Amino acid sequence: MSSGVSNGDIIQIRDLCKTYRVGKVNVPALRGVDLDVEKGHFLSIIGPSGSGKSTLFHIIGGLTPPTTGKVVVDGKDLSAMTDAARTRMRKRTVGFVFQKFNLLPNLTARDNIAVARYIGGTDAKPEPEFEEVLRLLGIGERLDHKPNALSGGEQQRVAIARAIVNHPAILLADEPTGNLDTENSKAVLEVLRDLNRRLGQTILMITHNPEAAAYGDSTVHMRDGRIADRT
Amino acid sequence: MRSLLSILLIGVPVTLILCLVGLSHGFIEDSQKRQRGSGADILMRPKSSSFLSLNGAPIPEQLVGYMAKQPHVKMATGVYSVVVEGVTLFATGINYEEFTQMCGGFQFHSGGAFQRPDDVILDDYYADQTKAKLGDTINLLNAKWHVSGIMEGGKLTHIVVPLKTLQERLENAGKVNQIYLRLDDPANTAATVKYLTGIPALEGYPIISMEDFTSLLNVNNIPALAGFIAVVMGIGVVIGFAVVCLSMYMAVLQRTREIGILKSLGASKGFILGIILSEAFFLGLGGTILGILMSYAAAALIHALKPASLPMTIAYDWWPIAGAITVLGALLGALYPGLTAAAHDPIEALSYE
Repeated sequence: MSSGVSNGDIIQIRDLCKTYRVGKVNVPALRGVDLDVEKGHFLSIIGPSGSGKSTLFHIIGGLTPPTTGKVVVDGKDLSAMTDAARTRMRKRTVGFVFQKFNLLPNLTARDNIAVARYIGGTDAKPEPEFEEVLRLLGIGERLDHKPNALSGGEQQRVAIARAIVNHPAILLADEPTGNLDTENSKAVLEVLRDLNRRLGQTILMITHNPEAAAYGDSTVHMRDGRIADRT
Repeated sequence: MRSLLSILLIGVPVTLILCLVGLSHGFIEDSQKRQRGSGADILMRPKSSSFLSLNGAPIPEQLVGYMAKQPHVKMATGVYSVVVEGVTLFATGINYEEFTQMCGGFQFHSGGAFQRPDDVILDDYYADQTKAKLGDTINLLNAKWHVSGIMEGGKLTHIVVPLKTLQERLENAGKVNQIYLRLDDPANTAATVKYLTGIPALEGYPIISMEDFTSLLNVNNIPALAGFIAVVMGIGVVIGFAVVCLSMYMAVLQRTREIGILKSLGASKGFILGIILSEAFFLGLGGTILGILMSYAAAALIHALKPASLPMTIAYDWWPIAGAITVLGALLGALYPGLTAAAHDPIEALSYE
């Protein structure tokens, strides 16, 4: 991570503000965030509830537009994007991993991954090299099971496989261990670190847990919609 | 479960449409077949009667003999038909010798020709419907009749009685309400019709070839039937629309989180709308198939209960029409839920419990 803009930065954020309208009240969620993330970096974002880390996650992932400020992800300026353009960006530029796994319940693990390929506009069957990733994730034998037949750790590893199957520039993980026990949490965090180290996958991970945050290369602490410090 | 219930509800109007059309076609085809089964080439009906009803002043029976003497007329016979039930089931009084000569004779399953004045011959459809057997006494037209024979259907009418007895019981002695003519050669039909209609004594009597008469028996010529079918089709569209709209709206609510997942993967509004419409299409298709199957069940039930009164055919040519109407209703019904789903905010959808 660096504080200045450089060509190696895959995420560049300047003076980012986001205000939600709740009824007749404006609720500021982000109050001027500056952040740069280098390609291939594993960044943990930690902070209490309401600190704005999920909002930052949603904006970087193109799920919601910024109110003001500049957000450039993989060379694309999100602040100037239409809703449709942000939708297109989500196909290939970012991959999401959620706390609640968010697998499609009626599809097998294999089909959950295939759906992401299909929406991404590529052949539903992943490339042969993806087998290596599945082996790394340890779910090669569980692909023909539906989510309700998989443990939480397995579901989260399938979700990670789905998130990276289109080779996104950034993997965004929102509390990926929030619904897992200690053992599965450790396994998932090690998988993320492996993906980062072996494949050079850029990862942004939101967490409440300092131990989980320690798996990242660096950690950003957020409070009251601002970045409090970086370690 | 939701989908199965939707398919069932969508299938009901499909069955209604197919049954209505099947009954209309069945009635028409049955009438055509039985009229042709008379063996006549030309038909003369009462003054002021329509092709569907025999209303109007009956024809003097003396005209039967007069008609038999006309050029090219090989034989003539007068009959008296009267409605027994609904609008499709007639009993017909015949002169047995004349009529069987014209139609080539009845094929009896049991029994045979009239032996008594109060004898009645039933065709197998009506006998099945009423469970009547040879030798039974049945009530028809407020009178008792003795079953002297059960015949193969397809000869003019389901119920045949002696003409004289029927005329007396209806206090219409010396009257008939149809005269059937058989010609020496069917090729002379058009010329004979033209000749007969030109005879002053026959002025006002509808005289028509059997071919023309049976061609008049179609859905478009039955008053209000086409309109009634259109109304039922409209109801089918509305039911399909409402069922699918409710079903898909419920599905969209149930799957809000899944829609959010797809959106997070980059699914566009068009993609989401496409999924909802595809499901609606398959619900409509499933409803059509189930509706067709249920129309077979309805036809079997009708055939078992009322084979003579309600002749029903399977209207294959209406399958695509009923299917198109149903799928159209389903797609229209899915449009609003589909657009609602497509407009979901992905963040709100993902946090939906």
